[in-house]
Amino acid sequence: MTGIVALYIFMLAAFTGYEIIAKVPVILHTPLMSGSNFVHGIVLVGAMVALGSAVTPLEKTIGFIGVLLAAGNAVGGYVVTERMLEMFKSSGARQKSGGGH
Amino acid sequence: MDAVSQAPGIFSRLLIIDISYFITAALFIMGLKRMSSPVTARSGILWAGAGMAVATLVSFAYPGMSNYELIIAAIVVGTVIAWWSGKKVAMTDMPQMIALYNGMGGGAAAAIAAVELYRAAFANAAGEAVTHSPVVMTLAVIGGIIGAISFSGSLIAWAKLQGVLNKTVRFGGQKFVNGLLFLGSLAVGAIVVIHQGADPLHVSMIFGLALLFGIAMTLPIGGADMPVVISLYNALTGLAVAFEGFVMNNAAMIIAGTVVGSAGTLLTQLMAKAMNRSLANVLFSDFGSGGGGSATAVTGSMKPIEASDVGVMMAFASKVIVVPGYGMAVAQAQHKVWEMCQLLIDRGVTVKFAIHPVAGRMPGHMNVLLAEAGVPYDLIADLDEINAEFETADVALIIGANDVVNPVARTDKSSPIYGMPILNADKAKNVIVIKRGQGAGFSGIENALFFLDNTRMLYGDGQKAAAELVNAIKAAG
Repeated sequence: MTGIVALYIFMLAAFTGYEIIAKVPVILHTPLMSGSNFVHGIVLVGAMVALGSAVTPLEKTIGFIGVLLAAGNAVGGYVVTERMLEMFKSSGARQKSGGGH
Repeated sequence: MDAVSQAPGIFSRLLIIDISYFITAALFIMGLKRMSSPVTARSGILWAGAGMAVATLVSFAYPGMSNYELIIAAIVVGTVIAWWSGKKVAMTDMPQMIALYNGMGGGAAAAIAAVELYRAAFANAAGEAVTHSPVVMTLAVIGGIIGAISFSGSLIAWAKLQGVLNKTVRFGGQKFVNGLLFLGSLAVGAIVVIHQGADPLHVSMIFGLALLFGIAMTLPIGGADMPVVISLYNALTGLAVAFEGFVMNNAAMIIAGTVVGSAGTLLTQLMAKAMNRSLANVLFSDFGSGGGGSATAVTGSMKPIEASDVGVMMAFASKVIVVPGYGMAVAQAQHKVWEMCQLLIDRGVTVKFAIHPVAGRMPGHMNVLLAEAGVPYDLIADLDEINAEFETADVALIIGANDVVNPVARTDKSSPIYGMPILNADKAKNVIVIKRGQGAGFSGIENALFFLDNTRMLYGDGQKAAAELVNAIKAAG
């Protein structure tokens, strides 16, 4: 990937992120923050490659910590976002499933 | 890695990996888009989760990889800890949990930078050839600094909201010291870039100073402002991941990190705006610590009322608007409140919930807590939708909310909350405030609403009061 192509990707992705959030209702702010928190858990793939190419004990140690933290980010972010969004139901859906708790 | 990628057999493998990352990026963007509407939100996280699974699996096939047992061990340990803590955390504690997971992501980005920079530093110290271009080195350093700040800062934010760390540390010249730490980290980073890695000590200094800066920057910020800070660190982690994506030549990381970086920045601004604060104000002033107090004294008296009277009043009303605050969640009263509302709805009363953007610990947190209690989201209205409706409401029931319904924000220029958009609960025909005692709110500001002629105070614990109201409405016949 050349530098200028990477720069284009950067710009387009920045606008995409802005547009996705621009119209979101306040009721979804917390789950959405949690969801975007999950998405940057993609750092896991970078950490995996970094640990995969580690040679010295120091590189391996830091790489191991990196993969562990990244996995925590991705899995934890997924679990809590899913838990929150699973609770959002409309009146219609609520009645179909037989009322609340 | 470039030499390896030119070998013909591996070319197709790289192509498959690249296409997989492309699919992941698309799933992330579509998933986030779906998460921005309550109807499709649930499917959104599933889409994004599928994207993550694809990217993780194909990364095992990356050319030139070793240490598989270490990679798998780290993933298993991280997954088990995060899965267990994420399943177990209470909905009221969600903000600090998000902070913790976010900090882990920042730490991971910093770790990637550390591996690359230490490798360059040791190679340089041994007199070997340059491994990275100056541009890549610069991005690694900046991403590493941002990630380290997000890591240590998020941990402090978690400790504060969790109550592990109660003190708000401030001292003279703090901003100067903070500035010095940050600039110091950047300066050492510049040395490392210019001298192609310099030596390992310099690399250690970059991260040490950045970690200290994250701690020092977060310590003086009060608990009330923490959601904005968490959101900011979320955006910063995204940015750090994007920078490390450039270093690792990984398009999925660049796209996902940048999308989160810009979305998170906008979300941070929306939150700060909802709290009537600028981001600079949150980061560099000390309102959120709970000091302050109105200059104008409020006159009048608070008039108590019995639960039975409130029950009758609501049972024969045509419209009731409930204004819940974090106090309701602390008292675990949301289930009882919803039970009460269901009784009213069965009687033909129109019931709505009015949510202030900063109700709960972060914007949208109250909606999560109400959803947990079983309240359908179409009964929940935010400030802009509901404010005109208070004039037609017979009863505004305030439970656990305080500053967000204080009319002083509209009138008293000397008040710290002046200018903050509030819910116009005072416009309702009757205002009932469920409150534990007579004290002032979270910010220490006296609430003029409590002293109005149409306001009655129902004293008691939120859950108990709601239970009494349920009985009173049943008895109303």
